[in-house]
Amino acid sequence: MKGVTPSQTIGPYWHLIGHEEWADLTRFGATGERITLSGRIVDGEGLPVTDAAVEIWQADPPADERFPAYGRSATDGEGSFRFTTIKPGPVPGRGNSLQAPHLALTVMARGLLVGLVTRVYFAGEALNDTDPVLTAIEPAPRRATLIAVPDGPGAWRLDIRLQGRDETVFLEV
Amino acid sequence: MNEWNPFRPVAAGTNPANDTPAYRSTALRHPAAPLVKIPQTITEISGPRFSPVHFPPMSDLSTVNGRAALGERIIVAGTVTDEDGRPVPNTMIEIWQANAAGRYDHERDQHDAPLDPNFHGEGRVFTDGEGAYRFTSVKPGSYPWRNHPNAWRPNHIHFSLFGPGFATRLITQMYFPGDPLLDLDPIYLAVPAGARGRLISRFDLSLTAPEWALGYRFDFVLRGRGATPMEAG
Repeated sequence: MKGVTPSQTIGPYWHLIGHEEWADLTRFGATGERITLSGRIVDGEGLPVTDAAVEIWQADPPADERFPAYGRSATDGEGSFRFTTIKPGPVPGRGNSLQAPHLALTVMARGLLVGLVTRVYFAGEALNDTDPVLTAIEPAPRRATLIAVPDGPGAWRLDIRLQGRDETVFLEV
Repeated sequence: MNEWNPFRPVAAGTNPANDTPAYRSTALRHPAAPLVKIPQTITEISGPRFSPVHFPPMSDLSTVNGRAALGERIIVAGTVTDEDGRPVPNTMIEIWQANAAGRYDHERDQHDAPLDPNFHGEGRVFTDGEGAYRFTSVKPGSYPWRNHPNAWRPNHIHFSLFGPGFATRLITQMYFPGDPLLDLDPIYLAVPAGARGRLISRFDLSLTAPEWALGYRFDFVLRGRGATPMEAG
């Protein structure tokens, strides 16, 4: 077997490959319930992470093949990211189970030698109570770090804490 | 073996730890709690597909509007395969780097080295049907950073790869053979010793273009799929 290429940090200058429009997953046209997802990323001292690349990926079969199901947003001076996308539906889990609607989310930044992966679920979804990933997280109160909350009409919000109190649960996939 | 087989775990001894004190920016950014291991599902096993129609290739970083950048012109080429040597075809590779003087065309880079109007530093290529890629650039310069007294980054090119699934996403850096700064660089040294060599390109005379450009080969290896399909039930 060949050895896998190791990860390195994305560093502070990744904006050279950054394109603002990538944060709008509906830019090529898309059908479905349009939503925004925003949040703020802070470090272990609560300071904003202003140079992160945040990526989302949603695996539910796209109703419209123009929909890339993938987006990237740069955090701004307040540490905030923002996406426009289509609200995902449930996707198959193991066997006959269903996973609750969710997005995969990755944080990459200076100081992160390997990108951090988490998921974004949506408050109020009945399937959250049986989702195989969400329910595997212990202690249970930490699950809330993966659940976006309503933030106005069609708007959802999930803040991310890289370290310390109320630290976001990050996943090994 | 099919597209619904989960990817193998990244082998121990491959990736750096996010808690790497010698690289100071990690101090307040690495999670304190261990990662929670989850079984791969459709979310991790599938991944985004990029079309050159929506993401146009940019395979020549060495010119802007037809004018040549300063520096040593290089051709970088190689393959993207998985651990089993299977090619990863038609996958997108993003590229970014400093200019020959060691300066990024980026507002946050305040290093006192000149910008080059004929060098921007962004590239994008797709592998072909056999997993091969190729682009032209100039050799990036090294530059100081404030991690520790008189810290200089070794010459490097940044890469972003997607591969066949969300779980194969890779951000990495390619270095150049014989660089004396490698043994002083906490970002490179954060990689376990047995895997560091995978980040160093090799000079390849067969890639050079006589009277025009030097050539470096750099092969990427992404996680391979395991033999067992996603568990049923």
